[in-house]
Amino acid sequence: MTAIDPVAARLAVQANPGLPTDPAGPVFREPWEAQAFAMALTLHEQGLFAWGEWASMLGETIKSAQAAGDPDTGDTYYHHWLATLERMVATKAVTTQADLTSHRDAWERAAARTPHGLPIELRTEDFQS
Amino acid sequence: MTAHDHHDHDHDHHHDEASDLSETELRVRALQTILIEKGYADPAALDAIVETYETKIGPHIGARIVARAWTDPAFRQALLTDASKAAAPFGHQGETGDHLVAVENTADRHNVVVCTLCSCYPWDVLGLPPVWYKSFAYRSRVVKEPRAVLTEFGVALPDQTQIHVWDSTAEVRYMVLPARPPGTEGWTEEQLMKLVTRDSMIGTGMPASPEGAGA
Repeated sequence: MTAIDPVAARLAVQANPGLPTDPAGPVFREPWEAQAFAMALTLHEQGLFAWGEWASMLGETIKSAQAAGDPDTGDTYYHHWLATLERMVATKAVTTQADLTSHRDAWERAAARTPHGLPIELRTEDFQS
Repeated sequence: MTAHDHHDHDHDHHHDEASDLSETELRVRALQTILIEKGYADPAALDAIVETYETKIGPHIGARIVARAWTDPAFRQALLTDASKAAAPFGHQGETGDHLVAVENTADRHNVVVCTLCSCYPWDVLGLPPVWYKSFAYRSRVVKEPRAVLTEFGVALPDQTQIHVWDSTAEVRYMVLPARPPGTEGWTEEQLMKLVTRDSMIGTGMPASPEGAGA
């Protein structure tokens, strides 16, 4: 397993000045934030988007959230990041909003049928309502 | 697409019931699954990126809490009485309705915490759980043969030390208050903090040795 390329991470930080960082690089308040960051980095490396394109879509997401009353405390940065990921994959035809929703619902069913403390795994039946 | 609060767990479940994922976690997992299914992401590569930032996730207030308890007997007592309350000024928010419990290691008793499989791990206190901690193998083995598992982690305990295994639930989360290492008399809280490893607060490690640290 290879560690992250520090140059790739630095480019991501440069392209996204709002990204919470410390002198060493990005910092995250919760594990899912790091997962969302990792997904964007991976998709960028796959050539799905350039950072300029990402930054402008993220900017739009933040602007519309603020127009809708987002308090803009910085705490919500990764919520905007995640919303941008969802928009980007739909825009690039990687998947559809419907597919995102059906997977989200499937994970919810998987969690509900998994006793507390066991690994939550997605099964085919989770996709049936 | 609405922005969802990340702390919006539905607390209508009870002890030993189903697992719990927040709205945000559901969306993150949905996206990850799709990217993996479609070949855009490799799960190992995603994990590797997250692990790179392991020490950069969460506010890491646990080390300070432990160092305070080592230097301030009144705080130590408050922590053992009600850890949620004692940890709150350090920034521990907790989910609504859950409780943080601190369990103290002594000469007679060593504590180990298991279960991080859904959101029941106080990572805001302890930092990100290590990957092995989430594995089913670790979880089942540490319950059945804790001494053997601890030995594998390099934690050798005297035979007379009892090992208590604490299984987190949706309502109760645990942190271990390790014993203060000998040779740290007169150390400040700042110096002591550097000795408090994540694994020492899970119980699968001991605080770092004072030689070469602090002072």
